[in-house]
Order: sequence, then C-alpha cells, then structure tokens
Amino acid sequence: MQMPQPDARVLDRKDRIIARLRAALPDCPVISDPRELHAYECDALTAYRCPPMCVVLPGSTEEVSAALRICHEEQAPVVPRGAGTSLAGGALPTADSVIIGVARLNQFLETDYTNRFIRVQTGVTNLSVTGQVQEDGFFYAPDPSSQLACAIAGNIAMNSGGAHCLKYGVTTNNLLGVTMVMMDGEVVEIGGEYPDAGGGLNLLGLICGSEGQLGIVTEATLRILHAPEGARPVMIGFDSNEVAGECVSDIIRAGILPVAIEFMDRPCIRACEAFAKAGYPDVEALLIVEVEGSEDEISHQLSLIKDIAMKHNPAEFRESTSSEESAAIWLGRKSAFGAMGQINDYMCLDGTIPVSELPYVLRRIGEMSKDYGLDVANVFHAGDGNMHPLILFDANKPGDLELCEEFGADILKLCVEVGGCLTGEHGVGVEKRDLMDHQYAPVDIEAQLRVKDVFDPAWLLNSAKVFPLTHTENRRKGALPPSAS
Amino acid sequence: MKPTSETELAEMIRAADGPLCIQGAGTRGLSCDGDVLDTTGLSGVTLYDPGALTLVAGAGTTLTEVEDLLAKEGQRLAFEPRRLNALMGTSGETTLGGIVATNSAGPARIALGNCADHLLGVRFVNGAGEIVKNGGRVMKNVTGYDLVKLLAGSHGTLGVLTELSLKVLPQPETEATLAITGQTSAEAQKMMALALGSPFEVTGAVHIPGGDTLLRIEGFEDSVVYRTGKLSELTGAEVSLQGEASRARWADLRDLTMFSGGDADIWRLRLKPSDGPDAMARLQPGKALMDMAGGEIWLEHQAGDNLRSQLKGLNCDAQQIRGQGAERFQPQSPALAKLQSGLRAQFDPRGILNAGLMG
Ligand SMILES: Cc1cc2nc3c(=O)[nH]c(=O)nc-3n(C[C@H](O)[C@H](O)[C@H](O)COP(=O)(O)OP(=O)(O)OC[C@H]3O[C@@H](n4cnc5c(N)ncnc54)[C@H](O)[C@@H]3O)c2cc1C
Repeated sequence: MQMPQPDARVLDRKDRIIARLRAALPDCPVISDPRELHAYECDALTAYRCPPMCVVLPGSTEEVSAALRICHEEQAPVVPRGAGTSLAGGALPTADSVIIGVARLNQFLETDYTNRFIRVQTGVTNLSVTGQVQEDGFFYAPDPSSQLACAIAGNIAMNSGGAHCLKYGVTTNNLLGVTMVMMDGEVVEIGGEYPDAGGGLNLLGLICGSEGQLGIVTEATLRILHAPEGARPVMIGFDSNEVAGECVSDIIRAGILPVAIEFMDRPCIRACEAFAKAGYPDVEALLIVEVEGSEDEISHQLSLIKDIAMKHNPAEFRESTSSEESAAIWLGRKSAFGAMGQINDYMCLDGTIPVSELPYVLRRIGEMSKDYGLDVANVFHAGDGNMHPLILFDANKPGDLELCEEFGADILKLCVEVGGCLTGEHGVGVEKRDLMDHQYAPVDIEAQLRVKDVFDPAWLLNSAKVFPLTHTENRRKGALPPSAS
Repeated sequence: MKPTSETELAEMIRAADGPLCIQGAGTRGLSCDGDVLDTTGLSGVTLYDPGALTLVAGAGTTLTEVEDLLAKEGQRLAFEPRRLNALMGTSGETTLGGIVATNSAGPARIALGNCADHLLGVRFVNGAGEIVKNGGRVMKNVTGYDLVKLLAGSHGTLGVLTELSLKVLPQPETEATLAITGQTSAEAQKMMALALGSPFEVTGAVHIPGGDTLLRIEGFEDSVVYRTGKLSELTGAEVSLQGEASRARWADLRDLTMFSGGDADIWRLRLKPSDGPDAMARLQPGKALMDMAGGEIWLEHQAGDNLRSQLKGLNCDAQQIRGQGAERFQPQSPALAKLQSGLRAQFDPRGILNAGLMG
C-alpha cells in the first residue's frame, strides 16, 4: 500500500500553520509534540503508520470551522478522526496532514421521546448513546462490535453496521440529520429531526459512508427506538461451515427475520470461549441467532427456527437460559477480533455476498486457504451476507503479510464475482483502495470523484483514501479536469 | 423517444440537443419541458433471489409485475410504494423507476424506512450519456460513496435510472388494525407517539381528521393477537380490522384514494410529528391524512395558493403534489442549494435532464 508523497510546500509552512491554529483556537489543544503524536499515527489497521503534522481537538462546531478555514487557506491536507478504531486505515494520517479529532465534542444535546430522536455531538461513543436513553426503555440500534470505543463520527463516516443490523438497518438507516463543516469552513445543516427532513436531493444519504472526504460531521440527530420486551439468542452448532451456511439461507428463505444471525467457525469459537466463557459448543461452525419479543413470541420464533435447523442435523441446539448467559454469548461474539488477536496476527476482511452464496463462498475460502497455506478463521454477520474472514499470518515471518494480502485480495475478488462487494461495513479506507477497480469501472469511479469535487474542490479532506491513487492524482495536485467545470 | 436498452438510451442522451422530460408511466404528473423520454421500454425483472431477499429489474418494469412476482414467494417491497393514480387522476401502471426517482414510501415508512432504505444498487445514464453503476445487490455495502441514496428521490435530475436492485422482505403472516374514533389531531398525535414509543412494533400510524386514528400491527398470528391486546390496553384503541380487510384498508391509505377527484391542490408536509397538530390548526384543511404518526401530512388546499406562507416558523417541508402555481419543492437554504446545483452540474453538465423540476 502506497501513500502519496507529503507536499513539501505544506511541510515548509508547518510552523506557521501550527502557530495560526494555536492563535485562532486558544482554548483548544493543538498537539505537535512528536511523543504525543504517536497516539495518532494509526487507527486499528496498525500495519500502516505515519505521524501527522499536528492534531487539533476542537470543542465546538465553530472551532472545527475555524481550524478548517486555516487549513484551507494554507492548502494543508486534513484527516478527520473519531476514536481511531477504523479497520480500513480511514483515519491514517499523512506526514503533511492536520488531524482534526472530535474527541472533545462529547455532549448530548437533546433527547425527544415523542419524536424518537437524540441529538449528539459526534465525539460521543456509540454505546453511550444507548446509555443515555436506556433507563427510559430506548436504544440506538446500530451496534458495531467496537461500540464501547468507536465514536458516532466514525460510524457516520463509515456507515457502520453491527450484529443487530439485520433487523434494524445500519447507520444510514438510523440517521436523521447532521451538522457538517465543509473544507472551506462553511457549516451546513443536512437533514433534520425527522426522516427525509429538508427535502431536495438526499445529501444525508450521500454524506453517510463518505469516509470523511466530504466534510467534518460535528453533530448528529439519530433515530432511537423502544427496546423490545425481551430477546434471546440460540446457539446452533454444525459439523461443517457449508451446512451452517445452508441453514442461514433456509431461515431467511422461510420468512422468519431474526434480529441477528451471526456465524463463527471453530478457531473463532475457541478463541471467544477462552475470552468470554460463554459456554459455546466446540463445533466446526456455530450460528448465534437472536429473536425478540414477549416470552411467547420468542418461543414461537425459536420453534420455527428449530424446525429448520433440525433439517440440517445440527450437532447442538441450545437456547440461552438466562440474561447472564445471553450477555456472555454476545460478549464473546463482540470480542471475537480482540480474542483472535491475542492468539495470532490476522488480517480482517469485510466482503459482502448474497446470502444464498454463503455455502459456495465458504467452501471456496476453505480451498484457497489450503492453496495459500494460510489458515482462515470466520466470524461474521451471516444474515446479511457480510463476511469477516480473518486470515491468520505471522507478522515476523518475512513475506507472510504480503502473501496474506494477496490471499485477502483473492477472497474479495471472489465476493465481487458472486455478486457481492469489497466492504460491507468497515469502509474502503486505504486498505481496499487499490481493489476498487475490481468492483467499479473507471466511469463509476469518476462519478464518485465528481461528487467530491463539489464538496472539496481542492481535494484536501482525507484525499488519499477510498479511490486508487492513480484516479485521484491530478485532482490531489490541484488540477481539476475540464469536465468538472 | 423510447429506448429499449441502456446503450440505446445512452446514445439518445448523447445526441440530445435540448431538454429531456423523463417519463415512466406518467402517473405522478411530474412533467417538465423538453422531448419526452419514455423509460417503459427498459423493463423486465433480471434477477430474483428469494433466498437472498433481492430483486433486480429494469426501471420501466411496472410495480404490479414486481409485486405479483414477489407475492408468489410470500415476499414484498416492505416500504409500501404508493400508487398515485387516484390522487392525480392518472391512468397507467406505476414503474419502479418512478418509485425510486420520487423515493416513494407508504405508511410503513415509519417503521421500515423509505425506498432509499431498501434500494441496494442502481444503474443510470447521466446527462453526458455515460452509463454509471453504484451499489450492488447485497444487503450491506459501503464500497465507495453511496450514490444509490443520492439517486433515490433525485426526480431524474441526476440521471435516467435504467436498472434497480431492491431489498425485499417476507410478507407477514397476518396483520390487524386498531382504531379509535373522534380524536382531535393533538390527541391523535399523542396517542400515536405513545404507540410508537412502545415495544410493540407498530408498522403504520395514521389519523384522519374527523374520522379514525389507526394503528397497524403485522407478524405471526399469535404475536399480532398479543401485541394488539397490549396496544389496546396502552392506547384505548380497539381492533377493528384483521387479515385481508386490514390489508385492503392500508392499501387505500397507502394510495391516498381519499384524495381522488376535486379541484383543490394537494400538498404533502413533512415535519416533526409533534408539530403536526400546529400545522393542522394553521391550515384547517378540508380533507387531510396525518401519516407517520403526524410527521407526514397529506392535505387539500385552496387551488393556486402557496401554503408555505402559513407555515412560517414551523420546521417543515412542504411539497406540492397536485396543482400548479407554487414552487413544487421546498426551497433550500443557500448552502444546500449551492451543493445541489453543484452536484447537478457534475451529473448533468448540460442541464438537460428534467431541467427545472427540483428548482
Ligand atoms: C475490535 C473492532 C471491532 C469492530 N467491529 C465493527 C463492527 O461490528 N461493525 C462495523 O461497522 N465496524 C466495526 N469496526 C470498525 C470501526 O469501529 C468502525 O469503522 C467505526 O465506525 C469507526 O469509528 P471511529 O470513531 O473509531 O472512527 P475513526 O477510526 O477515527 O475514523 C473512521 C473514519 O471516519 C472518518 N471520520 C472520523 N471522524 C469524522 C468526522 N467527524 N467527520 C467526518 N469523518 C470523520 C475518518 O477520517 C475515517 O475515515 C470494528 C473495529 C474494531 C477495532
């Protein structure tokens, strides 16, 4: 993976840029000490690192605007940062960049149960949003496994998903409005306090998932829902990945829509069991299926699911018997990446495929794993076909990372081949940037670049991400093609 | 002009030397100046994968064809696209392209989202005659910018949709309607908010001033019985319709048949549900439907009058659906207007696609 050469002209102005930021933002940390900058040199994709020129942590939309205006005047690249949990390198800095982080934008602004929304500053963590409304019986639905740490800012930028998105949708389906600061410092309100607010073109849908390339989102209005009366996961174990995949497609086909259908294979099950002591059965493949409702509704749905599962001869069918057990089952699942990380180096993929292709793709991944001589652990959101194969490798073994990346690229190409995509929830970032040509023709990519031309004509915001560098080179160097007039 | 393939359409757009008015079946009465470009030749379901809950079809495919096909597998478009024939007094079969271009959704929108929430992928031809795709046919996709969402509701001003990929959902086993009669709009709004703030998964909440307030519950038989019981205790509303009868009632509400005929203009307001009663008090419409628990109000208004002046100070989007003489779409703030015209210039540099339709 390559990053563009830092712009020497910007580096030459470094002292002046930092001095101007400090002068304009007296109440706001502007970090430039190399030791302190360490914390910002990467996100959760730790294979790539680079300290930025400096980090600014504004405490208000106005401060974000003031900081951006200076960066714009100085033509300094800007990298927005939430909590730094991106798995795609979305928050990776370049040496000539200013990081603008939302860590200090952590206020809850308004909760409205009548109209069912909450307005927050975007530095608040995902889980704290639910925390804010839980006592009143409400919750915020998107639940990335990183929810304890990741910020709403990053969730919006990546259009993050989670286990329960099968029923409740991902971030974009739960976002009502944002306050966003554009690269030139202008503040815009997009959407509002009710669905489709504002009329006109659907700019909100465009902003969500734009990976910090169109503006810095400082406030967000989120849809909140009343929590169900109850919820219960069931664990269904199988002797093979493929059969588990078949069971998933049968459940979906049968017209039952559980809240979540999660998949883990043996290596993940063992790692998660060691971590969470959830009582996972030691099987080849495990489905965690969760249903919601009253006691009777739960029993009825589980009986339907059981009928389907039984046709596939499961090695195990076990309902959670207590809320503690349910919590442990989910803790284990949500800790899967961390738990695997304690055992092995791995690369996490995020391709999505049509659910009906699960058995085939799981089989192909197994075959490719043998060809490459690298093991794969699978843990993913099976109900919506969002796979997370974790390719295990040894970071200390020369050539292993490269081999792993090659294998990963092959899996993602396979996902595209069967009608799927490169990334279902983690985003493109720098990680999948150079694979974009496999999913999109040049004209498809150009249509997206032209969108950025409108929001950030100078191509200063997080510009080395998402699109292959060759496609963006002219724009990043400040020469807009004539077609964009 | 009536292209029968994407490439033919692209050639026609490249060759066009003036504005084009993009029409599906024309059921929504959204015409504008220019040569008519008829999309109904771009039709047919190209892929239906019930096990993956997805359907891909040409933009000119009729909604009826799609819904009939889905029904055979016990599935449906869960966002309940509206047919506006009765309201607009138009004939013809609504096309999928028309649904997506207007981001249409019925009462279920309150629980399940609008058309954009169910749209997984698009193919379209932009104003320069380039064939562009975005998204795909999978449930979760964050690969690049979400132009799918942008195209939904763009009313043909960014490109001519050619192929659409949609998420479909299982048809619920049954449904029931709870009703209460004679509420004021303020009482109705409070009652609907109470129902929606409960765990009982209401998938429709409407109030007809001077008539009923209705709640819809869908799902497995026993679950519907249970939840209607709970909601009845909570709100005082009683079960009034079940199964097919309930379905038929909501189909009428979805298609706004109560607004058929008459000389009045029809407007659609979107606002915070709790502002609904205020809007109603200001406008005193002869006929109205408060959908989305009060957050989407369809109403009759005196022909030729721009009702926006009466809504000053309310945070509200008003769109004229039937009638002339007012800006059809809610005017945008200068900052947003600038972004929108910037985007339009990128997608349609000559400004020939449905020019002027969205301002
Ligand atoms: C253990 C683990 C588990 C995970 N599980 C999931 C999961 O289940 N589902 C899922 O979807 N993701 C998951 N992720 C990925 C990650 O948590 C999400 O992408 C998350 O939304 C990133 O949020 P963040 O606040 O950490 O953003 P960051 O990592 O700081 O930034 C992410 C992107 O957002 C941009 N950005 C940040 N702030 C702003 C802003 N204010 N305005 C505009 N752009 C901004 C950045 O430039 C960057 O491109 C997981 C990560 C880890 C480490």
